[in-house]
Formats: sequence, C-alpha cells, structure tokens
Amino acid sequence: MAQGLVSFFRRIILLREISSLVMLLAVVLVFFAISPLFLSWENIAVILEIIPELGIVALGVTMLMISGEFDLSVGSVFAFCPIIMTMFVVWGFSPLLSVIIALLVAMLLGALNGFITLFFGIPSFITTLGAMLIWRGAVLLVTGGWPPPFPTEMSTGILVGKLGFLRASIFWYGAIAVLLWFILERTDFGNWVFATGGNQVAARAMGVDTQRVKFINFMLCSLLAGFAGLIQSFRLATTLPSMGTGLEMDAIAATVIGGTALSGGVGTVIGTVIGAFLIRVIDNGLVIVRAPSYWFRVFIGIAIILAVILNSFVRERTKKLRC
Amino acid sequence: MGDDKYLVEMLNIHKWFAGVCALRGVDFAIGYGEIVGLVGDNGAGKSTLIKILSGFYPPDEGKIFFEGEEKHFSSPREARKLGIETIYQEAAMVPKMSIMRNIFMGRELLSFRMGPVGYLDIPRMEEESMTALQKVDLKLRSPHALVDELSGGQRQGVAIARAMYFKSRLVILDEPTNNLSVKESQRVLEFIKELKKQGISSIFISHNLYHVYPVADRIVILSHGEKIGDFRKEETSVEEITRLMILP
Repeated sequence: MAQGLVSFFRRIILLREISSLVMLLAVVLVFFAISPLFLSWENIAVILEIIPELGIVALGVTMLMISGEFDLSVGSVFAFCPIIMTMFVVWGFSPLLSVIIALLVAMLLGALNGFITLFFGIPSFITTLGAMLIWRGAVLLVTGGWPPPFPTEMSTGILVGKLGFLRASIFWYGAIAVLLWFILERTDFGNWVFATGGNQVAARAMGVDTQRVKFINFMLCSLLAGFAGLIQSFRLATTLPSMGTGLEMDAIAATVIGGTALSGGVGTVIGTVIGAFLIRVIDNGLVIVRAPSYWFRVFIGIAIILAVILNSFVRERTKKLRC
Repeated sequence: MGDDKYLVEMLNIHKWFAGVCALRGVDFAIGYGEIVGLVGDNGAGKSTLIKILSGFYPPDEGKIFFEGEEKHFSSPREARKLGIETIYQEAAMVPKMSIMRNIFMGRELLSFRMGPVGYLDIPRMEEESMTALQKVDLKLRSPHALVDELSGGQRQGVAIARAMYFKSRLVILDEPTNNLSVKESQRVLEFIKELKKQGISSIFISHNLYHVYPVADRIVILSHGEKIGDFRKEETSVEEITRLMILP
C-alpha cells in the first residue's frame, strides 16, 4: 500500500507539466486568499481575454524550441503583422485579403529567419535578435511612431467577438493548442521535431530532414506571432507600434516554465499553456490585490528559476528513487 | 566492373581533406552474411572509409559496387535505401525519446496520412518494437521507457534490433564496445552474432582487437590511410594482427 502510494507520487512528480501546474495552483490560491474577487466570473473573463495573445505566441516558440532553435523576433512580428494589415486596407484591399497578406508576410519573416540561420549555420539567437531589432525598427519607420488609424471597415468578430462572456480568441487559442498537441504527440512530423532537437546527428542519420523540420517551425512560430498580433490589434481596435514589446521574453518564460528544455528535444504543449496561464494570472492577480505592478517581473523571474529547478534537479532526484 | 559475390565492394578509394590524404587506394569488400572486423589505430582512416560507404561524403577517387552494381551515394539517405545502416555510438539514439520512438524515428508506422502529416499507429509501433527487441533477446520493461535510462550495451541492442527490424543488408557498427563494461561488451558481441544468423552482413570497427577477433569472419587492417592486411580469421592470429597494427 505504502509502496503503491510512493510509486504513484513518483509518477506524478515525473510528469513534465507538474511543476508549472503546482505553481499555477499555488499562485491562484494565494491571490484568492488575499482577494476573493480574483476568482469572480468577471475577473476570470478578463484573464481569458488577455491570455490567447501571449499563449498563441508561446505555442509557436515551444514548437521551435523543441526542435532546437530560438525566435526572439516574435514580439516585433506581433507588431509588424497588424501594421501590414492596416496598410493594405488603407490601400484599398479588402479586409479579408489584407489579413491573409499580413499572415503570409509573418510567415515569410519566419522563413527568412529559418533561411539565414540554416543556410549560414549561425545561431538562431543571433539571427532572430537581429530580426527583432529590424522589424521593430521597420514598424516605427512605417508608422513614424504614431498608430495608424484602425480601419473602420474591419469586422473583428471572427477573432475577438463576444460569445457570452468569452471572446472568440480563447476558442482560437484552444483550437491551435489542440492542433499542435496532436501534431507533436501523434504524428510523424512531431516525432521528427523531438528527434531534431534531441539529437540532430542521430535524426539526420536516420533519414529525418532536420533542416526542413526547423524551417517549418520557424515559419510556424512567426505565423502564430503575427496571428496573435492581429488578435490584439482587433481587440484594442488599434495598431500601436509598441505592441508586443518584451513579448518574446514572456513567451520564452511561458515555454520554459512549462517544462520545455532550452536546449531542445523536450517539451509539451500542455506545459506551455499552463506556463502562459501562470504568467497572465500573476499579471492580473497583482492588479486585483493592488500590489505595485513592478512586482510582475520579480514574480515571473522567480517562477522561471523555480520551474527549471523543479524540472531538472527534483526530477533527477526522483528518478533515482527506484520503486 | 564489380564482382557480385560480394554484397559491397569498394575499389581504389582515395580521399583527401584539406591537402591531407586520409585514404589512398583502399580496396574493401564485404561478403553476404559476413562479419568483417575493421581495425587500425586512431587516424588510420577507418571512420573516413565508413563515412564514404554510408554516404556522408563521396570518395575523391574510386568506385563503390553494391551487389555488383556501381553506386554513387550523395547522402546517407541513399545508402540507407539500399539497406546500409550505420550505428554510431553517440549518434544512434535520441536519449530523451522513448525506445519505440527511437526505433521508428524517420520510418514511423502510420495509420493514415492527412496531407503533409501522418497519424502515428502507436499500438502497432508498441507491438513491433517489443517483437524487434525480443529478437535480439533484449528484455525491456516497456517500449515507452526513455533511451536515457538504458545502459550503453542496451542502447547498442536497441540500435541493432532497429537495423534488423528494417531488414538492413549491411550494418556498420562504429566502436560499439567503446566505454562498455566487459559484461556489456559481451552482450554486444552476441547481438552481432545474431545479425549473422539472420544473414545480415556487418562491419565491426574497433581499435580493440580482442573484441573484434572472436566474432569476425575476416579482419581488415588500415594504417595511415592504406590497407595493410586482409585476412580470413583462420589464416591469422591476434599476435600477427597486433604486430601489423603497431608497425610505424
């Protein structure tokens, strides 16, 4: 009996997502204890309204990180994509066509990251750090620092329309998360993603086209960042040039908190969803309990370090407890 | 011209790297179901020869015949299509992936395809990986255990089981007994004998002659990029080969 219990706990602790889940529950309880308002329907609706934007970006970052690469330019693409959309609408293109063009541009920027990284064999950290500066600069150049007028003919319902007390964006987020979970865990492409990040030499020796896998993930990551940017600009009905500043760090934080290894080869979609929730819950909770918002960065920092300690140190220790 | 009494025949292979000659005129052949031991000191050209055979790079000069037919490999993938499977020590497995996912990496079993992606047939892969492991007499708890948790010898076993499962014709083992305990090395030698029983040819590369000698049918010795010996085991002894290997 005791043996069974120990073995049960061991299995729980070895779950990849467990540390982020425990932290999320702890944070929720603490905020709820301080202010019961935190778990009111109104506030839950607020959290679900802001989560998809970070959440969708983090999912792309996770896919790419599992295959062993980084993208620091997601925050800039997040701002660039809505600007492109607005520009095309202003030039007289139909809103739907403008959205499609903007998403294609986002994907193209990802392809460019992928091409430069893979063709020249340089670290994606460098490529995408450069891309981050370039596209943020481009956003500021195009807009002159002022938000262009948001096209009034845009119908924003499909992305952010209200369905009861929820916005459509949360359903998009859910659908994308389920789709990526499925691809990662249940398809051959998912197997190649893990293999590419886990041991590129072995994957290539077994016939996996690792360059192609990475290239596709660069495009996917950028596409999702652009899509999330559209959601935010639709929600706010504006295209601020400063949108998504620092978002790359939050997205990487959500990914790492969720148990994805910085070095690749390990990670889960569910973990990243929990990680994104944790970040947004801390963000929102601090407002609800009226703590100075400066605490936000402090808590995220603590959460990242704690998550990685729990994921590596505690897991290794637990593994050694043979039951 | 190739001779089809051999599975693979490499003739007059030359390879230079940045002006340094790694191989000069090496002839190398592997018969059907034969275990060939490839020995030589570090830097003798063993890895270069094998990388040419497994398609990592082309020879600068020389020809490769597979079952009597001339072949030019431009990638490892092409060599693998013919059934030439190379097992590198560190590069054979992805440690953080399960045994099952490692066995089927790049050759996943699918239930159906949806456009660009295929849906994994996990129940069949579970079953087939357990069968494959039993063929090399490896008893592992579950196909979902991580390769990380296996010993070095067990990993070689999984890699060999994989090669057998996919009906390889020639398995190249690069230093399979390196860093293994005596007992584990013995297991690996058993795996290699199992390959022969199934009619699969193998090349066993090692600088430890005492591992190669008991299992090999034939032993080829390289030194400074040249072949300096090629003996059937009956015609030679450990002493003779050792003498050749340490010649300056």
